[in-house]
Amino acid sequence: MNEVYKQPTANGPQATADPLARIRGMIQSCIQCGTCTGSCPNAFAMDLTPRHLWRLVLMQQKDDIFQSRTFVLCSACYYCTLRCPRGLPLTEAMGGLKQIAAKEDLPLYKHSIRFYKSFMESIRRHGRVRETEFMTLYFGAMKNPLLPFRFAPLGMKLMGKGKVGVQIPSKNDPNSLDAVFRKAEELEGKDEG
Amino acid sequence: MKFGTFGFRICFGFRDSDFGFVLDFEIQIGEESMKKYLYYPGCSLEGTAREYDVSTRAFMKAMDTKLLELEDWTCCGASAAEAVSHLLSVALPALNLAIAEKRDTPEDILVPCSACYLNLKKAQEETRKDPDLLKKVNIVLQEKNLRLQGKVQVRHLLDVISQDIGSERIREQVKRDFSGLCIAPYYGCQCLRPYPVFDDPEVPRSMEPLITATGANVHPWDMGGRCCGASHMNTKPEVGQALVGAILAEAKGADVIVTVCPMCQMNLEAYQRKISSNYGEDLSMTILYLPQFLGLAIGLSEDEMRLDMNLSVTKETRNKLGEMAFALAA
Repeated sequence: MNEVYKQPTANGPQATADPLARIRGMIQSCIQCGTCTGSCPNAFAMDLTPRHLWRLVLMQQKDDIFQSRTFVLCSACYYCTLRCPRGLPLTEAMGGLKQIAAKEDLPLYKHSIRFYKSFMESIRRHGRVRETEFMTLYFGAMKNPLLPFRFAPLGMKLMGKGKVGVQIPSKNDPNSLDAVFRKAEELEGKDEG
Repeated sequence: MKFGTFGFRICFGFRDSDFGFVLDFEIQIGEESMKKYLYYPGCSLEGTAREYDVSTRAFMKAMDTKLLELEDWTCCGASAAEAVSHLLSVALPALNLAIAEKRDTPEDILVPCSACYLNLKKAQEETRKDPDLLKKVNIVLQEKNLRLQGKVQVRHLLDVISQDIGSERIREQVKRDFSGLCIAPYYGCQCLRPYPVFDDPEVPRSMEPLITATGANVHPWDMGGRCCGASHMNTKPEVGQALVGAILAEAKGADVIVTVCPMCQMNLEAYQRKISSNYGEDLSMTILYLPQFLGLAIGLSEDEMRLDMNLSVTKETRNKLGEMAFALAA
């Protein structure tokens, strides 16, 4: 495995460049009982069961993990976290895998990644999400001219009810959270060094 | 019960001296019945779930509670922040907790959206457990001149309705006879799990006394705490449709499913035609927000509850509600 351990430094001994290390730490005491798999409402659609995925994390099989769609199918229902006999934060660990995929912009997960990034961009600009702008950003990021048609019927229905308006993507909003985002990115970048 | 505020004053003085002091007391009688909450609506309630916002405010007002909207609140990060950055997924909700803490005596934060509720609650719990995380979050919040200390309580709307208001107070105010209605309570995930605060996270039941207080029957099912698929409906529609299809199929026999989350509501109501065609049977079903249903029961009108904004209110339900209008008052 291509793990790169950093020398202990002043601001964090054992700081490590392996992004999987944080997740491995969370599920270290997994006993492979499969309660997570049995509890998962999305397991039917997953290529690997959650239990199998945790085993791969423990065995540091990064390539296999990031060829699986299992973790993007986690809908954060927290059944596994609630029921895990070891009390492991499994939903959070699934979130951790999503974060790695987003950071490395892995093409296999581009639907989810671009969906979430478009959402985040909208709140970065305005502090609150603007649904029409968010979807426009998403369609733009996906570069698939047919995609908007899938959402058109619902979009029209919502507009008809006056629930969403037409918003032109804009910048320079006084409620922008840009500074907050930048600071968080800076701190997280430092951690991974 | 509204008596208002009474004050009294006790004066102390020392004999043969100029020193003395005065103590002022203030007693609020009837304070219980005018409980205040800091209201965090969240982005959905400004847009796609506006009827949830309207009905929550109207119902809470009718129940003698006061909602103070959190000033300059921002997005909690929804399910997107967690998928992109751990620090932001804590810092975005923490920013709102810090705004609430600026108040001298912060009231409980009341959150109607289950996803917002969990994000705010998780930020509270995680920063309490992890001082390093709290420190980092505060470095981020410094950008907005805010600071998190961990002083406020985060509470879901269902928690407040079932625990603080309670079924008895609803029963006292019921104006319509809903005895002909059968209601399927749908809780979804994130108001129940991972933090079991006001209900059983596996077998939730907190809505049942609220439903029976209106005279309606509770639909017997075990889908109340199942997952609606959250944002799968957008990025992995086949999976989302399968999850919602199973819920709608089990709801057959009920007149209405009531929800306590805008994401659950949207998933259950917006794709019924498509899911029915997948299933080869009609799965159309009325989906209402809990405060809409309770509001109707205590005599608030369909207009006040903005039933016109819901995406699926079936003709049958409309007729039934029409017949039941103010039956008790007659």
